[in-house]
Amino acid sequence: MAKKFMYLNRKAPYGTVYALESLEVVLIGAAFDQDVSLAFVGDGVYQLTKGQKTDDIGQKNFSPTYSALGDYDVNKIYVEKESLEERGLSLDDLQHLVWEDEDEDWAEKDSIRLVSRAELADVLAEQDITLSF
Amino acid sequence: MPIEVNGKSYETDEEGYLANLNEWEPAIGEAMAAAEDCQLTDEHWDIINFLREYYEEYQIAPAVRVLTKAVGKRLGKEKGNSKYLYDLFPYGPGKQACKYAGLPKPTGCV
Repeated sequence: MAKKFMYLNRKAPYGTVYALESLEVVLIGAAFDQDVSLAFVGDGVYQLTKGQKTDDIGQKNFSPTYSALGDYDVNKIYVEKESLEERGLSLDDLQHLVWEDEDEDWAEKDSIRLVSRAELADVLAEQDITLSF
Repeated sequence: MPIEVNGKSYETDEEGYLANLNEWEPAIGEAMAAAEDCQLTDEHWDIINFLREYYEEYQIAPAVRVLTKAVGKRLGKEKGNSKYLYDLFPYGPGKQACKYAGLPKPTGCV
């Protein structure tokens, strides 16, 4: 039976390798037909921001890869509302991530679910396995 | 081991993947394929070009499952299956086609 996997992302995208590592594990893990969710809390919400530009720090800008998650059937992406607000951000500052529903003639649907801290706690409690990055 | 194409030398990694994807040109794909006794047809190029576009957009080479689904959608249902892709690229569509496309080996591909 498919297990519920949660990848919890807590760190800014650059400066440490956590964000990129998490993304790569998600992409590899998606091949194993599990029930995958991602959550972005704290500075982790910066991972999804639009318009990232990394030329001056000599690192690859991997933010476009988040848009591929829909292709990998990863379409439950939770973003904690309080974390965004504490950083003066809103959903408009994040990339618009979508997935295509094959059963509905490839209709595009939103992947990002904005949840409160309390709601996210409930989502986390439902998981079989939580991996924290 | 570098690969020689039209008198120019291109750096590759130990498995023959191009070190710098910006240096890629179709002749490099041709040369890599010829070295593996593979004659590239238009059908091969459809897949190679698709992979390059996918990489350009998402900065990753897609997993085979994702590639299969996307090819079915873009190039027609009859091509969106692993038999079609493995007939074209018997060493594995991810591995072999990505190599000819000058891309790194797909994430999670061993």
